[in-house]
Amino acid sequence: MMEETITKKGRTVPFNRTVDLRRQFRPLESLIQAILFFCGAVSIFTTFGIIYELGKEAWLFFGNPDISLVEFFTTTSWIPAIGEFGVLPLVSSTLITSAIAMLVALPLGLGSAIYLSEYASARVRSILKPILEILAGIPTVVYGYFALTFTTPVLRAIFGDDTVSIYNMAAAGLTMGIMILPLVSSMSEDALSAVPRALREASYGLGATRFETAVQIVVPAALSGIIAAFIVGVSRAVGETMIVAIAAGAGPNFTFNPFEAAETMTGYIARISGGDLGYDTPDYNSIFAIGLLLFAITLTLNIISRQVSRRFREVYE
Amino acid sequence: MKSLPSTPSETSLDTELQLFLKRRHRNAKIWQIIFYASTLIAIVFLATLLITIANRSFGYVAIENRVDPDSLSTRPLEELNDAELAGIIREKLRPNRVKTIERAGALEQQGYNRLYEIVIEEIVQPEVIRSFTLLESVFRRSWVQQTIAAEYPGAEMEFRSWLNTRFLQVPMASQPELAGVRTAVLGSLFLILITISIAFPLGVGAAIYLEEYAVHESRINRFIQTNIDNLAGVPSIIYGILGLAVFVRAFSTFTSGAFFGVEGATTGRTMLSAGLTMALLILPILIINAQEAIRAVPNSLRQAAFGLGATKWQTVWYHVLPYAMPGILTGTILAVSRAIGETAPLIVVGASTFLVADPSGPFSNFTALPIQIYNWTTRPQDAFRNIAAAAILVLLISLLSLNAIAILLRNRFSKRI
Repeated sequence: MMEETITKKGRTVPFNRTVDLRRQFRPLESLIQAILFFCGAVSIFTTFGIIYELGKEAWLFFGNPDISLVEFFTTTSWIPAIGEFGVLPLVSSTLITSAIAMLVALPLGLGSAIYLSEYASARVRSILKPILEILAGIPTVVYGYFALTFTTPVLRAIFGDDTVSIYNMAAAGLTMGIMILPLVSSMSEDALSAVPRALREASYGLGATRFETAVQIVVPAALSGIIAAFIVGVSRAVGETMIVAIAAGAGPNFTFNPFEAAETMTGYIARISGGDLGYDTPDYNSIFAIGLLLFAITLTLNIISRQVSRRFREVYE
Repeated sequence: MKSLPSTPSETSLDTELQLFLKRRHRNAKIWQIIFYASTLIAIVFLATLLITIANRSFGYVAIENRVDPDSLSTRPLEELNDAELAGIIREKLRPNRVKTIERAGALEQQGYNRLYEIVIEEIVQPEVIRSFTLLESVFRRSWVQQTIAAEYPGAEMEFRSWLNTRFLQVPMASQPELAGVRTAVLGSLFLILITISIAFPLGVGAAIYLEEYAVHESRINRFIQTNIDNLAGVPSIIYGILGLAVFVRAFSTFTSGAFFGVEGATTGRTMLSAGLTMALLILPILIINAQEAIRAVPNSLRQAAFGLGATKWQTVWYHVLPYAMPGILTGTILAVSRAIGETAPLIVVGASTFLVADPSGPFSNFTALPIQIYNWTTRPQDAFRNIAAAAILVLLISLLSLNAIAILLRNRFSKRI
C-alpha cells in the first residue's frame, strides 16, 4: 500500500491509486461521435428518400392499367388527359436542348480553359477567373429571363419570325450553353493546370510552339479531366429546369426542329407541379416517373464522369 | 574553319523550313486568337446579360391616367394639404371604399403620404401603356418622344426607374405599376434563415465526422463520401420532388403546423417545408466545402492538443473548428447564395405566386424572390418584364454582396495561414 501524499490546493490527500493509462470510457465523447455520425448519415437518408419516393410513386404510376412500361418508352405522344403516356417527346426535347447547350459550352469552355491555363499571365487570370465565377453564380431563372428577352428576339431577327417561334428549344439551349460554359471551363482548366510543367518544358525544348504544346501535349494529358467536365456539363444541362421552363415552351411536342416549342422533362415537372396538384392523380404520379428517369440519367452521367476522371487519369510522379 | 558551300538543294531546304516555320507560327497565332476569343465571348455574354437587365429596369414610359389629375383640383396635387386630399377621396371614391380605408382611422389622420398614395392609386390610376428600354431612352430620345406623341396622344412621357424604394416596400399587386417585391424579399430571407439553421449544423457535423472521426478505409464511410459527391450532382428539381413527397405530404402534420396547434393549418406547402427542402439541397455542397476547410487545418495543431491530453472532441472544438471557421463560413455563404437563386424546387414544393401578406412564421405560405421573377417573366404584358428585370437587379445585387463577403472572409483567412 502506498503511503505517499501529494499536495493539491494546499490540502494533503492520500495518493493511493496508480495512474491508469488505459483508454477511459467517456460517454459524452461517444455520444458526440454518434451525433456526428448521424449528421453524416443524413446524406444517406436523403439518397434513400429520393430513390424510395421516386420509386414508390413511379410504381403506382406504372401500376395504372392504362400505362405500360413499353408504351411509356416507345410511343411519341404525351397527352395525360386522354391517357397517352409516351415519354419520348419529353426526352427528345431534353436531348436537343442539352445537345445545343453542349455545342456552345464545349468549344467555348475548352477554348477559354486553354487560354486561361496556357496563355494568360497570372495577372490576367486573376481578373478573368472571377468574371467566369460570376457567370457561374447567376441564378438560372435570370438566364431564363435572358433567353426569353434577348436570345429569342435575336434568333427571330436572324432567321425570321416565321421560322422561329416565340418559345423554342434553340434559344433555351444556347442560353443553357452560356450557363454551363463556366463549369466546363473551370473543370477543364483544373485538369490542364494539373499537367506537370516538365511536359511543357520538354515540348518547348523540342521546338514546339505554345499552341502545339497546348494541343498536342497538354490537352491529351488532361483528356480524362476534360471528358469528365464535358459529361458533368451534359448532366447539368439535362437537369436544368428554369431556362427551359421559361424559354422552351409549355406542352410536349415530338419534333427535331430546334426552332419549335417543345417541353423538356424538367419543364414538364415544373409546369405540372406549379399548378394545383391533387395527390395520387396520374399527373401527380407522372412527375415522379419522369423524375426517376431524370435522376437515373443524371446519376449515371455523374458516375461515368467520376470513373473517367479516376480510371483514365495519367499519373505523374 | 572552312564554311560549307551552300548547295542549291540546301537553300531550297532552308526556304522550305522557313515556310514551314512561318506556317506553324501563323497557325499558332490564329489559334491563340481563337482561344482568347472564346474567353472574351464568355465575358461579352456576361456583359450582354447585365445590359439586357439594366435595359429593361430603366427607361422612358408612356403613362396614361384614368382621371386627369388637373381635373381634381385647380392647383397641382403636390401642393394640396391633408384636408383637401381627403375631400377629393370622399368625392371620387365609392362610400364603401372610403369606409374600408377609414377603418385605420379618419382620413384626415392618416397622414399626407398615405392620402396622396390613395389619390394616385385609386383615383388617378396611372397606367404604363408603353415602356421603352434604357438604350432607346438614351440614344433615341427624339424617336421616343415622337412615338409617344404620335401613338398615345393623351399619354405623358416620364423617365422611370422600375427599381425604386417603393418597389422594395410594397407587396405583390395585379398591376405591374403598383407591384413590389416586399413579400418576396422577406420570404427569401425567412427561407434562408430556416435553411441555414438546419443545414449549417448538419453540414459541419457531417464534415467533422468524415474528416476527424471516420476511418477513411471503412466501407460505410467511403459510401457516405461517394454518396455526398453524387448528391451534389442531383438536379435541384429532384430535391423539389423529394420535398413534395416527404415534407409536404408525408410529414404534413408537422410542416403545416397542425401538430403544434397552429390555427388554420391545412396544407404542408409551407415555409418550413421549403426551408427543409432547400437545406437538403445545399447540404452536400456545404459538407464538401466544410471538409475542405477542415482538411486545411495543419495536423501539428491536432497533435499538440492530443499531446497535452485533450480528448478528440476537445481537440476538434477548441482547436480545429476555430481554425477552420473562416473557411467553413466562406463555403456556407457560397452554398447559401446557391439556395437564394434556386427556383425549381420551390415551384415543386408549392410556392404561392400571388401573396400580399408578409410571412408570419414557419407555417405560413411562402414565396421567394426567384419565384416572383419567374412569375413575372412568364406574363405576356411588357410592363411585367420591366418589374421582373428590376427584381432580378435586387436578386443579383444581394448575391454579389454575399459573394463579396465570402471573398473578404477568404482573404482574411489566407493571410492568417
